[in-house]
Amino acid sequence: MNDWIVIARLEDIPRLGSRTVVTDTLTIALFRTRDDRVFALRDSCPHRGGPLSQGIVHGTTVTCPLHNWQIDLASGQVLGPDEGCVHAYGVKVEEGLVHLSLTAHQSAA
Amino acid sequence: MTRRKLVVVGNGMAGVRTLEEMLKLAPDMYDITVIGAEPHPNYNRILLSPVLSGDKALADIVLNGHEWYEEQGIRLLTGDPVVAIDRAARHVVTASGRREPYDRLLLATGSKPFMVPVPGVDLPGVMGFRDIADVEAMLATARSHRRAVVIGGGLLGLEAANGLHRNGMDVTVVHLLDSLMERQLDKPAAALLRYALEARGLRFLMEARTRAILGEDRVRAVQFEDGLEVEADLVVMAVGIRPNIELARAAGLHCERGIVVHDTLQTFDPGIYAVGECVQHRSTCYGLVAPLFEQARVCASHLAHVGHQRYEGSVTSTKLKVTGIDLFSAGEFNEGEGDETLVLQDPAQGVYKKLVIRDNRVKGAVLYGDTLDGSWYFQLLREGTDISGFRATLLFGRHDLGDAGHGDETRVAALPDDAEICGCNGVCKGEITTAIAAKGLFTLDDVRAHTKASSSCGSCTGLVEALLAATVGQGYDPAPSRKPLCKCTEHSHDDVIRTIREQELKTMAAVFDFMEWQTPDGCHACRPALNYYLLAAWPGEYVDDAQSRFINERAHGNIQKDGSYSVVPRFFGGLVKPDELRAIADVADKFQAREVKVTGGQRIDLFGIAKEDLPAVWADLGQAGLVSGHAYGKALRTCKTCVGSEWCRFGTQDSTGLGVRLEEMTWGSWMPHKFKMAVSGCPRNCAEATIKDFGVVCVDSGYELHIGGNGGIKVRTTDILCKVDTEEEVLEHCAAFIQLYREEAHYLERTAPWVERVGLAYVKQRVLEDAAGRAALVERFLHSQRHAQVDPWAERARGAAAGEFTPLRIAN
Ligand code: SRM
Ligand SMILES: Cc1cc2nc3c(=O)[nH]c(=O)nc-3n(C[C@H](O)[C@H](O)[C@H](O)COP(=O)(O)OP(=O)(O)OC[C@H]3O[C@@H](n4cnc5c(N)ncnc54)[C@H](O)[C@@H]3O)c2cc1C
Ligand code: SF4
Ligand code: FES
Repeated sequence: MNDWIVIARLEDIPRLGSRTVVTDTLTIALFRTRDDRVFALRDSCPHRGGPLSQGIVHGTTVTCPLHNWQIDLASGQVLGPDEGCVHAYGVKVEEGLVHLSLTAHQSAA
Repeated sequence: MTRRKLVVVGNGMAGVRTLEEMLKLAPDMYDITVIGAEPHPNYNRILLSPVLSGDKALADIVLNGHEWYEEQGIRLLTGDPVVAIDRAARHVVTASGRREPYDRLLLATGSKPFMVPVPGVDLPGVMGFRDIADVEAMLATARSHRRAVVIGGGLLGLEAANGLHRNGMDVTVVHLLDSLMERQLDKPAAALLRYALEARGLRFLMEARTRAILGEDRVRAVQFEDGLEVEADLVVMAVGIRPNIELARAAGLHCERGIVVHDTLQTFDPGIYAVGECVQHRSTCYGLVAPLFEQARVCASHLAHVGHQRYEGSVTSTKLKVTGIDLFSAGEFNEGEGDETLVLQDPAQGVYKKLVIRDNRVKGAVLYGDTLDGSWYFQLLREGTDISGFRATLLFGRHDLGDAGHGDETRVAALPDDAEICGCNGVCKGEITTAIAAKGLFTLDDVRAHTKASSSCGSCTGLVEALLAATVGQGYDPAPSRKPLCKCTEHSHDDVIRTIREQELKTMAAVFDFMEWQTPDGCHACRPALNYYLLAAWPGEYVDDAQSRFINERAHGNIQKDGSYSVVPRFFGGLVKPDELRAIADVADKFQAREVKVTGGQRIDLFGIAKEDLPAVWADLGQAGLVSGHAYGKALRTCKTCVGSEWCRFGTQDSTGLGVRLEEMTWGSWMPHKFKMAVSGCPRNCAEATIKDFGVVCVDSGYELHIGGNGGIKVRTTDILCKVDTEEEVLEHCAAFIQLYREEAHYLERTAPWVERVGLAYVKQRVLEDAAGRAALVERFLHSQRHAQVDPWAERARGAAAGEFTPLRIAN
C-alpha cells in the first residue's frame, strides 16, 4: 500500500531548485526540473553525507555541493566515474500538488 | 623531372630532425623514404625515462605520428631494418628483402647499449635501456618481479633506477667508481645526489666490478669480483653506448668508433651522409641531442643544396631527469691547476653550486638543487664572456635578489633575447618571443611545434611557460583562449564574455540559445559562470538566478561539512564597536553557535548555525548594524588594515581609515573570484598588503598601489601598479582595477593568474596610461555598486527567499 502525502504546491519548489522535507527521522530533498517534473531523494550524499538539496540541479541531475558528485534524480544512482546510490522516494504531481510517498520507490510511482 | 631519391636509415631523433630541417629549406627536392628498425613512428627517446617512471604515457612522447609522414609525402617503412648497403648499385637492402634505390643516403642509426661481456649477459631478464621495447619489458617485469640491479651509476642508469623504483621494485645501483655520474659531477654534488636518491629508497653498491650474471632460464643474481652476490630478477645495463656502425662498416665506409664524417656531415662516400650518435666528428662521438640537432641543421642544409654551414663540434651540458632532483652540469667542472672555483653550499636547502673560473671566464659549472641559472652559465661558458664585472654576484645567478617571490616570470622577462632557453634544441629567448608574437601562439604545445623549445628533454618547460605568460601578456589582444568553458559548450570563457556584450544577451536562456549550448540547463560549472558574466555585464538589468549560484552564495553563508553554516559579519577595515561585539556574543548564545573564531581576515566567524536559523541570526546582527561579510562569496571579501599613523609609532598614513573607505566603496561587489584587499601603514606591511588582490602600502610621500597578490594555494606577491599622492587617487585606481578584473577575467580566476595571463603591461595600460578609460571603468564600477550594495542578509531577514531556509515538515 502506498501512503501518498500531499506535501507542497509545485510552485513551492523553485525550478531547477529544491526544497527539503523533514520528518522526525530524516530529511528528504525534493527537486524540480525545468519541465516541472519533481523527484525526491534522501538528503544525504552517498559520498560523505552532503546535503543534496543544496546542490545545483541541471537536467535530471543534481551536483552535490560538497565535492561535486553527480546524482541521477530519478534513480538515486551516482553518475560515473563515482559510484554509489541514495534512496529515491515516490513523487507524483497532480493538479499542481506534490504528493510524496515514503514507501513507494520512485520507479513505482 | 623525376625527383631525386633520399633514403634515411634510422627513424630516430637525429634522422627525422634532419628531414624536418631539410623540408623547411627544400620541400620538393626529394622523394623520401625512411626505414626504421623499430615498429614505431618517430618518438622522443629522451622521454623514455619519464615514461618508465610513470610521469608520461607512451602516447605523449610521439614526435611525428604516421600522419606527419603522410602529410610530408614521406614513405615510412617500420620494423624492417636495413641489412646492407650496395654503394655501387646505390641501393639498400632490408631484412625483409626490400631493395630501395637512393641518390642520397642518410645514416642515422644511433647507438646501442653497451652490454658488459660477462658470463650470463644473454640470460632473459638482462637488458639495456634504449627503446620502447626495453621500457615495455621493464614495466612488465616490474609488475611480476621485485628485485632489480642497475649496472652503471651514470645519467641513464640513475634514470632507469629511479623509474624502476617508482614502479615498486627494490633497486640496487652498481657503480664501478666511488662517485656517481663522474663524467658530469664533482664529488660534493655526486654525494648530494646519492644522498637524495638513498633517501628515496635506492641502494648503491659503489666500486663494484661485475664478474658474472647468474641464473638458469632467467637471471637470478649478479655476482661481483669480490664474491658478493646480489639477487636480481632484472638487470639493466647502463654502462655506456656504442655507436651503431656495423651497417656502415660492412659497406666499406670509413669508421673508427663511429662513422667518420666531415664538417658537412658527409661520410667518405660523398653520396652518403650520417648524423646522430652513430657519427664520429673530429674524434668525438656525442650522446646527447643538442649536438645532434646542430648536426641535423648543418646536414639538412647540405642535402638541400644551400649548404655553406659547417658543423664544428659542440660543448655539451647535462641535466638529470629525475623528478624532484635538479641537477645541471657543463664543461670542465673539476678544477685544474691554476683554476679558481666559486662555491656556494647550502646543505639545509640542498643547494650546491660550483663554477670553475679560468682567466675570468667560466670553464665549467655544476649546479645541484637550484638549476635555474644553468643555461646562463652555459652561455657564459660557450661565449667565453669576461665575468670580472659581476663576479661578486655570479653565483647568485642572473636575477637580483630583490626579485624574490616574483617567480620565474620576472626573471625570464629580464633575460636578453640571445639567452638560451632550450638547451636541447638551441632555442633562444628572442626566437620564442618572436614566434609567440608573430604567429599568435598561445599554448605550450604551439610553442613546441613552432620553435621546438621544450620539445625534447622538457627541463626548460617552466621557462617557456613563463615566457609565454610574459609575452602573451604584453601583446595581449583579447584573442580567445580556446579551452571550452565546460562540457556543455565549445565556447571559451572569452567567447562567452564577448558574445554576451556584443549580442546584448540578458538572460541565461538567451545565452544557451544564441550560443547553442549542448545541454538544456547547463551544469554546475557553467551556470554559476554565466550568472556572473550576465550580472557583471548588465548591472541592474539582469535578474540574478539563485539556482545558478553555488549554495554558499544562495544561502549567504559557508556550508560546512555537516551541512550547517557559518556566519561572518563585515568589520569594515577590521574595526568593530563594543555594541557589535555584544550583539555577536548574544547571537552566539541564542543560536548555540558551536564555535566562535577570529578569522584570518580580521573578523569573527560563528560556526555550526542551522540553515533554518540563518535569517533570524542575520536579523539580530542587522539590528546591531552589522551586514554580511560575504565570507562565502566570489565577491569582495575583506580589507585588512593595520593601526597606521593613528597609533603606531612608524605609521605614515591613516591606513585604518583608508581601509574603511576602500571597503565601504567596494563591499557587495560580485567578482569572478574572491577579492581581498589590505592597507599597511608603512613598509613593515603588517596588513600583508603584498599578497592581496589589491594592496596599499603607505609611505611618507603617499601610497604604493599593489595588485595581483595571492596567499593561499600558490603564493604570489603583488606587482606594483603605481604610486599615488592622495586617498582619492587610491580609491579611483582601486575601482578601475576591480572593474577591469570584473569585466575581463574568467570566472574562478583570481587576480594573480589573471594578471599573469594578460600581463602587467596590459593592466597598466588600461588602468594607468589611459586616463579616460580609467574614468570610464570607475564610472561603470560605481554604477554597478549602486545595485550591488544591498545587504543580502537584511533582505532575507525581511523574508526574501524564505523557501530556501524553511523546510517542509511531515510528522510520521
Ligand atoms: C574562515 C577562514 C579561516 C579562518 O578561520 O581564519 C577561511 C575559511 C575558508 N576558506 Fe579561506 N578562510 C579564511 C581566510 C583565508 C585567507 C587569509 C586572508 O584572507 O587574509 C586565505 C589566504 C589569502 C588569499 O586568499 O589570498 C585563504 C585562502 C583560501 C583559499 C585559497 C585561495 C587561493 O586563491 O589560493 C580557499 C579555496 C578557494 O577559495 O577556492 C579558501 C577557502 C575557504 C573555505 C571557504 C573553504 C570552503 O570552500 O568551504 C573555508 C570556509 C570555512 C567555513 O566552513 O566557514 N581559503 N583563506 C578565513 C575567513 C576570512 C574572512 O574573514 O573572510
Ligand atoms: C632513456 C634515455 C634518456 C635519455 N635522456 C637524454 C637527455 O636527457 N638529454 C639528451 O640530450 N639526450 C638523452 N638521451 C640520448 C638521446 O636520446 C640520444 O642522443 C638520441 O636519441 C640519439 O639520436 P639518434 O637519432 O642518433 O639515435 P636514435 O634516436 O637511437 O635513433 C636511431 C634509430 O635507428 C634505428 N636503427 C638502427 N639501425 C638501423 C638499421 N640498420 N635499419 C633501420 N633502422 C635502424 C634504431 O632502431 C633507432 O630507432 C637519452 C637516451 C635514452 C635512451
Ligand atoms: S586552511 Fe583549509 S581547512 Fe583551514 S579554513 Fe582554509 S580551507 Fe578550511
Ligand atoms: S558529500 Fe557529496 S560529493 Fe562529497
